[in-house]
Amino acid sequence: MANPHIDVRYVANLARINLSDEEVTRFSTQLEDIMGYIEKLGEVDVEGIEPSAHPIEMSNRVRKDEPIPSLPAEGFLQNTPDQANGQLRVPKVVDA
Amino acid sequence: MSLASSSLSSLRQKLAAGEISSRDIVQDVINQVSSRDQKIGAFLSFDPEAALTAADQADLSLPLGGLPIGIKDNINVEGQPCTCASKFLKDAFTSPYDATAIAKLKAAGAIPFGRTNLDEFAMGSSTENSGLQTTQNPTAPGHIPGGSSGGSAAAVAGDLIPATLGSDTGGSIRQPASHCGVVGLKPSYGRVSRFGLVAFGSSLDQIGPLTRTVEDSALLLNAIAGEDPRDSTSLNEAAPDYSEGLNQGVAGMKLGLPKEYFTDGISPQVRERVEAAAKNLESQGAEIVEISLPHTEYAVATYYIIAPAEASSNLSRFDGVRYGNRIENPEDMLELYKDSREAGFGSEVKRRIILGTYVLSSGYYDAYYLRAQKVRTLIRRDFEQAFEKVDAILTPVAPETAPKMGDATGDPLKHYLADIFTISANLAGNCGISVPLAPIDGKPVGLQILGPYLGEKEILRCARAVEANQ
Repeated sequence: MANPHIDVRYVANLARINLSDEEVTRFSTQLEDIMGYIEKLGEVDVEGIEPSAHPIEMSNRVRKDEPIPSLPAEGFLQNTPDQANGQLRVPKVVDA
Repeated sequence: MSLASSSLSSLRQKLAAGEISSRDIVQDVINQVSSRDQKIGAFLSFDPEAALTAADQADLSLPLGGLPIGIKDNINVEGQPCTCASKFLKDAFTSPYDATAIAKLKAAGAIPFGRTNLDEFAMGSSTENSGLQTTQNPTAPGHIPGGSSGGSAAAVAGDLIPATLGSDTGGSIRQPASHCGVVGLKPSYGRVSRFGLVAFGSSLDQIGPLTRTVEDSALLLNAIAGEDPRDSTSLNEAAPDYSEGLNQGVAGMKLGLPKEYFTDGISPQVRERVEAAAKNLESQGAEIVEISLPHTEYAVATYYIIAPAEASSNLSRFDGVRYGNRIENPEDMLELYKDSREAGFGSEVKRRIILGTYVLSSGYYDAYYLRAQKVRTLIRRDFEQAFEKVDAILTPVAPETAPKMGDATGDPLKHYLADIFTISANLAGNCGISVPLAPIDGKPVGLQILGPYLGEKEILRCARAVEANQ
């Protein structure tokens, strides 16, 4: 089977990563190789098989609704590249 | 023998007898790292003063009282850097809290020491994908230490520190342990809390120990295992005492050799070592049987859909807003994200994020991700059926001993295919350990012992029997 074509620049935009032209060329070949290999999953009969999102059966586990100490705001903010008034600062998102 | 090159258990005895102090051990570790790690490159950073202060305050009555443990640089230790070996976080992140495994280590009296190198964000199996430095295999210079916990394995193998913690998403503890000649254990999924481990593949990741001896592996697992209300995937079942019954031997145990693991892809010498180990266990009273794990050949393809898919989601948090390095003067939000991520991430990380984004994208989800999740079910069933017949499974860890540095760079698929023997345990959630066998031409090689879900005691006991007969 022919390796699938991947529009690397399009997918990189979805992933919010800029790539150089060199990277686009290199990744295209490499990712098409990898996807070509992954095509072998098409051989497996998965009719009626439940998907596993997890290795063990568990769902909706909750803990008791009791407050436990959590990180103070300074803890969250100590690593941010830019902050003001106890909040994260970013370039303007919405035009007035 | 230096203190840094001793086992945890022997140091405990010396501490208990009052022959040495915790400061003596930590000082020796500092001396060893300072004088010899330039050549190995196992540690990215360490804080000697903090470690010595902790040594002076150590409570020696605790199970790991006063013992320094090296920490992979993707596990948060309060007040220390956590770079994940990425330029994205280099000089830009100080952990505001302890990972639960670290809090438990500290509660057991241990001293987290230094930050060990890894493939960036744990993506890779050579540590050559580190964005910050290269790590040599101390036992076979010029060769890779394996990865992604290559720094953790090299630190122990290079006699820099008695033990370390690593993380294993597809073999990242067991494979470097095999390549460096140390003991590496991946616990069953949920056995150890993932809280504070920087997430790569959330349904696959586990923290585990890299040690000189099987006894030390059990000691460390005792300290870090257990339920954590901060990780809803941690198991709500009490952990047993893993040190107990370690020397019971393998008499009466049924051990399986999966025929799909002994194919043409494996080097004849590695195969010979693993088969000899099985023979030896047989002579100790174990019964060796051939078993089948029929979906083995689909494990790599399944893993390289599921792991990158989870990674593409997990790594979206590295956006240059909350933490990490941000490019200067971005024009708008989009440029901030895209340029910060371009500058911060290395090739392997970008490649996997793009692969993961692709398989999750509209129109491809069912064909790739959903199908991979179904094959994952079949791989789990293979193990469930196998463990109805046997107590543990014996396999190679990697098809070959450690390759030369630079051998597989440029061909990621070739790299991925070498993960064939380790990734199934992550997909199925069961436990596995690598224990050293006799080296091949001076290069270490490990035996992998896979156990059923929560079969840690069985594989530790079996690994001890292998170790005792080396």
